[in-house]
Amino acid sequence: MQEKAKEKPASGFKWVGTRAPRPDGVDKVTGRARFGADFAMQGQLVGKVLRSPHPHARIRSIDVSAAARLPGVKAIVTRDDFKDQPSEFIPAGEMMINYRDVVRNLMAREKALYEGHPVAAVAATTAAIAKQALKLIKVDYEVLPHVIDVVEAMQPGAPILHEDMITAGVEPAPNTPSNVAKRVYVGQGDVAAGFKQADVIVEREFTTKPVHQGYIEPHACVASVSEDGQAELWGTTQGQWIVRAHCARVLGWDISKIRVTSSEIGGGFGGKTVVYLEPIALALARKARRPVKMTMTREEVFRASGPTSGAHMRVKIGARKDGRIVAAEAELRYQAGAFAGSPVQPGAMCAFAPYDLANVSVTGWDVVTNRPKVAAYRAPGAPISEFAVESVIDELATRLGLDPIELRLKNAAKEGTRAAYGPKFGPVGLVETLEAAKAHAHWKTPLGRNQGRGVASGFWFNIGGETSVSMSLNEDGTLSLTAGTPDIGGSRAALVMMAAEELGVDLDKIRIQIGDTGQLGYNFLTGGSRATFSSGMATVEAAREVKKEACRRAAKLWELPEDAVEYTGGAVRPAGPNAGGHAPMTLEDIAGIAGKTGGPIAGYARINAHGAAPSFATHIADVEVDPETGRVTVLRYTAIQDAGRAIHPAYVEGQYQGGVAQGIGWALNEEYIYGDDGRLQNPGFLDYRVPVASDLPMIDTVIVEVPNPRHPYGVRGVGETPIVPPMAAIANAVEQATGIRFTDLPMSPPRVLAALDEARAAERAKI
Amino acid sequence: MAKHHITATVNGDPVEFLCETEDTLLDCLRDQLGLTGTKEGCATGDCGACSVTVDGRLVCSCLMLGVEAQGKPIATIEGMANGEELHPLQRKFLEHAALQCGVCTPGFLIAAKALLERSPDPTEIEVRYWLAGNLCRCTGYDKIVRAVLDAAAEMRGA
Repeated sequence: MQEKAKEKPASGFKWVGTRAPRPDGVDKVTGRARFGADFAMQGQLVGKVLRSPHPHARIRSIDVSAAARLPGVKAIVTRDDFKDQPSEFIPAGEMMINYRDVVRNLMAREKALYEGHPVAAVAATTAAIAKQALKLIKVDYEVLPHVIDVVEAMQPGAPILHEDMITAGVEPAPNTPSNVAKRVYVGQGDVAAGFKQADVIVEREFTTKPVHQGYIEPHACVASVSEDGQAELWGTTQGQWIVRAHCARVLGWDISKIRVTSSEIGGGFGGKTVVYLEPIALALARKARRPVKMTMTREEVFRASGPTSGAHMRVKIGARKDGRIVAAEAELRYQAGAFAGSPVQPGAMCAFAPYDLANVSVTGWDVVTNRPKVAAYRAPGAPISEFAVESVIDELATRLGLDPIELRLKNAAKEGTRAAYGPKFGPVGLVETLEAAKAHAHWKTPLGRNQGRGVASGFWFNIGGETSVSMSLNEDGTLSLTAGTPDIGGSRAALVMMAAEELGVDLDKIRIQIGDTGQLGYNFLTGGSRATFSSGMATVEAAREVKKEACRRAAKLWELPEDAVEYTGGAVRPAGPNAGGHAPMTLEDIAGIAGKTGGPIAGYARINAHGAAPSFATHIADVEVDPETGRVTVLRYTAIQDAGRAIHPAYVEGQYQGGVAQGIGWALNEEYIYGDDGRLQNPGFLDYRVPVASDLPMIDTVIVEVPNPRHPYGVRGVGETPIVPPMAAIANAVEQATGIRFTDLPMSPPRVLAALDEARAAERAKI
Repeated sequence: MAKHHITATVNGDPVEFLCETEDTLLDCLRDQLGLTGTKEGCATGDCGACSVTVDGRLVCSCLMLGVEAQGKPIATIEGMANGEELHPLQRKFLEHAALQCGVCTPGFLIAAKALLERSPDPTEIEVRYWLAGNLCRCTGYDKIVRAVLDAAAEMRGA
């Protein structure tokens, strides 16, 4: 139950573990908080994008002359305004980035590669004039055959998106181009030998559809560029430094010329880790010498911003009669969209990560198709491959006559397990989540007719990375804290709690802000479940610097050696033999003497946060399948996950519940639907149906805490793992309810009804 | 064509603005009156982020034209708190952590307030169906539904 508004802090703490008020809360319930589209500059123009109506077409020419003559049009940009970039893959958090593709995704060059691909953009005095101008731009297209499906895209003779794409990771390198960008491999041991020891082998094929992150706030930004090239960008993003880097690179400007301020962000889930509008807005603003505001419509969000991959997969697992898994193999084919870079690599790494296995082989293929380029989506790649694996594990349990939790316990990864993707795990909490699932009342509750229960586990790495945080002691002893990871789900609350804990002060003595790129050193973005982990680590370091400096100042005043002074209980005190020699000094007292003892006091942490630790989860889902309509209703859901330590349990629960809801949408409803013409048929929330309140039950949560020894407060990062188990948990529940194993997502009513009808027809045929 | 001159009442205050025929009430609130607490999530009436009440009736302001607001009393999120005192729903949303990113929150609060004015003692199912027109992608709705039920109980004096 989550009813209690306040809870006792975790043992030994004052704030950590409580449900403290969030610093940005009041602004967000009163409409005061400013999101991407809520900012305006004096004299701003409206920017709009012309998009390709074709899924695949060569662009012979673009004629903007008529549009440029329209009164009120102040600037137009096309491919000619962005310099070409060399092809090289650069690591960017959980994904890879190639600026040759970034510049082409921003603005089509040789070809338009998906319906919705930007071809030109206009800045005008009003939205109506900008729209009218778009109609006056003449684009001469040579329409080419397109390919949407991942398996078709891999066939010989399929329309080729990139004439120079030679599959990487294959020896010898193919001598003809294809749509297969890359082969990846993760494995250890001898799979063939392993399968020979197996008493039972289950092998299945699976498909999943591309699904969109579905953040409620569309992309939006305002750009302004002065005559001497000083640029300001204000907008919604998961990483203001990343936006700055991408914009500087594709525009060829110095990084120092661009200042990026992140607004409040209305959801991201990975989809706001890339740039779409921002470099275009800057380019238009530079040409027009006026600020330019750009916002996407919801339709543009669906057609042209990143969903995650759809996939085709084959998974094979063999086990002995006692339930020990002896070999596991998978082949994953992920759609990348129009440019290379699907999350097939993390998908391959995560596939079997929950299990301690000697023999593993995972091959992945990164495949381009005429769809929008995928972007990161919450645990990118993992929900897809783990759906397939956790479905096969469930079937294996049935075939072995074992309880599915017991089968997982027999094979669970634990401290010391070497994962197939390389590292040896430190302390991890999978076993604890499985034990908690077994002990949960949910697991034992009887089910009714047409009902089923499924269980599935999930894994995500979590990351750390480059992080800067500053903390200033104000003149009155209060503190100003500046972090650089945009706060999407309450991370400011967690950072303030850790800072207050460290300093022994009340929460309301610390005011936190998310800094712009001019206020701090580099910060990698909010993603990889890193914000509370990394910025938390940096916050603690900055606070410790403040404490140390406070001690130094008091020592000076008291004429004691620095090490004869300590900071405890929210004050500086003489330590050891000098204890009690002077009255303790609070931060307010220290602030009062700062000027005459050396000047302002501040802490500044700039770290590369190491020691991120994976978070495992186990989910239980109950469903009822309506035999008349094929509708699957989730009756009850329990999400159990290792948080390391929950700094703010309510927002940890919120991450679990939100990930589950997205997973339920992925499992039951959500999909990109294309017509034969290669055009997306459901680019709106009416037809791309995300779960609404009446679709869902309460989502029960259990926070397991196996602290991460490498974080000062034991934090692991919790945001992504919760979306990993739901698809398999629900498929396993549907299997129990119907006797039918669904291997294709979504399990939407028409698909479920067709399978039920087929099963009933087969049953009748037997009689 | 000349713009339309519209007078209306927003959160109890008289307002006037000029708008084009095709401008939605949402556009007018945000761009003409600077009331950006009401959000655009889809502009097609599917997400509820732009929820306001007009004459006490819950509407998606993206589906109503600005010119239709002539003479009407409109309530937006900016008018929900009573001075320094938050509305019980606002307070309960904070207590229950019923928001993460917060972009859908104004719409949920307006919609929930409209519910409680009609049905002071709703069941969980009623809350879920009434709020089915408001999309939240972060919370899974659990804490939102709890916050609304808790606010209803407090407002009834239960």
